[in-house]
Amino acid sequence: MEHYLVISTIMFFAGIYGFITRRNMLAVLISIELILNSVDINFVAFNRFLFPGQLEGFFFTLFAIGISACETAIAIAIIINIYRNIRNIQVKNLNELKEDSVNNAGKE
Amino acid sequence: MEYTLLIFLFPMLTFLLLGLIGIKLRPVVAGCIGTVSLSIITLLAYITATQYFSSPRVNGVFAKIIPIRFEWLKFTDSLQIDLGILLDPISVMMLVVITTVSLMVHIYSLGYMKGERGFQRYYAFLSLFTFSMLGLVVAPNIFQMYIFWELVGVSSYLLIGFYYTKPTAIAASKKAFIVTRFADLGFLLGILLLSYFTHTFNFEMLTSGDASIFASTAGSTFLGASVMSWALALIFIGGAGKSAMFPLHIWLPDAMEGPTPVSALIHAATMVVAGVFLVARLFPLYVIAAPEVLTGIAYTGAFTSLYAAVVACVQTDIKRVLAFSTISQIGFMMVALGVSGMEGHEGLGYMASMFHLFTHAMFKALLFLCAGAIIHAIGNNEMNCMGGLRKYMPFTHLTFLVACLAISGIPPFSGFFSKDEILAAVFAFSPWLGIFMSFVAALTAFYMFRLYYRIFWGTPAHFVHTPHEAPKTMTIPLVILAAITCVAGFIPFGHFVSSNGLPYTIRLDMTIAISSVIVALIAIGIATLFYKSKCDIPERLINMYPRFHQSAFHRFYIDELYLFITKRILFNYVSRPIAWFDRNIIDGTMNGIAHLTQRLSYVIRGFQSGQIQQYAFIFLLGTLLIVLLVMFI
Repeated sequence: MEHYLVISTIMFFAGIYGFITRRNMLAVLISIELILNSVDINFVAFNRFLFPGQLEGFFFTLFAIGISACETAIAIAIIINIYRNIRNIQVKNLNELKEDSVNNAGKE
Repeated sequence: MEYTLLIFLFPMLTFLLLGLIGIKLRPVVAGCIGTVSLSIITLLAYITATQYFSSPRVNGVFAKIIPIRFEWLKFTDSLQIDLGILLDPISVMMLVVITTVSLMVHIYSLGYMKGERGFQRYYAFLSLFTFSMLGLVVAPNIFQMYIFWELVGVSSYLLIGFYYTKPTAIAASKKAFIVTRFADLGFLLGILLLSYFTHTFNFEMLTSGDASIFASTAGSTFLGASVMSWALALIFIGGAGKSAMFPLHIWLPDAMEGPTPVSALIHAATMVVAGVFLVARLFPLYVIAAPEVLTGIAYTGAFTSLYAAVVACVQTDIKRVLAFSTISQIGFMMVALGVSGMEGHEGLGYMASMFHLFTHAMFKALLFLCAGAIIHAIGNNEMNCMGGLRKYMPFTHLTFLVACLAISGIPPFSGFFSKDEILAAVFAFSPWLGIFMSFVAALTAFYMFRLYYRIFWGTPAHFVHTPHEAPKTMTIPLVILAAITCVAGFIPFGHFVSSNGLPYTIRLDMTIAISSVIVALIAIGIATLFYKSKCDIPERLINMYPRFHQSAFHRFYIDELYLFITKRILFNYVSRPIAWFDRNIIDGTMNGIAHLTQRLSYVIRGFQSGQIQQYAFIFLLGTLLIVLLVMFI
């Protein structure tokens, strides 16, 4: 069981790391998938080794996979739309709705 | 007599009508609406007067009738403000005076204001003024009087500033409003003080002569004078402001910037006597509670009349001369009130004052309307531009002469009778004051005839275009007013209006009558000598007393004194520090708080960057921190 948990922890932190550091939105999305999958592995591993007679963990995993698929579909749709609008999917460039700069604002 | 309500509704509705849709009407239509509505109320006022004075007397006195009264504001059981109509001899007399003069002015203005911009607005304001003035005189309580008092002030302001493109007119209207408003502060304080101690606003209660209503004032004094004296003196200050008593007279000469018919209506015949009316209204109260204030009123009036008469002698603007003459004549009325007593023969002054108010309204309105006709013909106010006009304007000349004779006190014109009564009352009070007032009366005759000769005699000045007689709409009111002036003196006025209500038979005191006529004739003679034909005596006199002439010409620098006090002292030493405190301390505190908040918000704003990844990172750090805490503690 430890092996499973080690792998899932590695996947989880790899996902977190990717989520924080990646600038490309697709990469961020992939990182989120990594985090979700690591959680899925956790569920399955705990169910298999700690509560062998029950099925909740498996079902949760199935739900999570289903929901993450939906989420990915929506996220990719959003990303495609953003790309169509501003020809760019770098996270730091998505500041259309924000004031230009902290220093310039408030001086008017 | 409920129909008296119509007297107020008509002008108010006319004002609303002309004010709201007047601009859509043709000027002539608007003028006719105003005039017709005013003719109706004039008629109603005459009917009221006839009915009132022919109703039987109760105990020898005309009963006070309150045909209409409704509760307007009820604060407590004892403190309430009603609106209503009070008919008693003086208010009925004022109704007649106001409607008559106002009607004359309405008709006259059809000709005088013809082609002016804002003709409809002018008639709307005239209606507003008539409405508020009528409301003032019939007020059954002092609070309603105050309300209409202010309304009168507003309409006066609007009409003085009628030519609002002229800077002098705007300045004059502001000056009139501020000065009278300042005096009205005294009036308001007086009302509050009076009603606080007497627990009533009602004139009937206040003037009932029942001393018990001021029982609570006994013993309370302030700076050595009783509360009632203070209250009544403060109320008199309000009256002095409206009636242009010295030293609050400074607005009236400037108010001549308004159209001339307005000067005739507001600043000669009706509004400016509101102060006299106020004192007359509260007269029993003055006699019983504060005789010393009454004496003060007499001396204020006497000084004002002398001051104004002296200034009037050297002014060159004909409307200014008339304005100062008005101030002087109101001074006469005040003196008469001040020296009057309550009962029997002592009440002569009161009756004389009201009589003079009545006759003065007629002949002074006439003088102003004549002046208006002259200005209409010449296009200028300065008497240096006039001269020899009698050939060109025969009607105006004759009516002006009638008015001049009336104001100088030459029998049989109305001014003689009323002025003579005033002089008799003053002589009965104090011979010295009587001689003083006779001197002022002589000055009156002098400056009026100076005006008359400078306008109508002498060599014709170089006219821009040949003067012509005014149109019919303007001469008819002149003739009517002149006719009234000729016969008004024979009205047995004492039968209608007297201090205690009992009929008072006017007896001419022959010594006073003859001496005052002789004095007036001498003054007219001097004026004839000086001004009828070219004569160098006035020039020589000016050269003999140049400083006196200069200071009189500048109205003894009262305006400059006011300016000095307000601009130099008040503005510099009071207003500036207050303004500094307001800008720097009060505004500064508020600005400081706002500035601080803004600064702080900039600092905090950095946290909300909108970058999800940053949030996630901080979230992660926080989670790790909590995990570490849980694990090791």
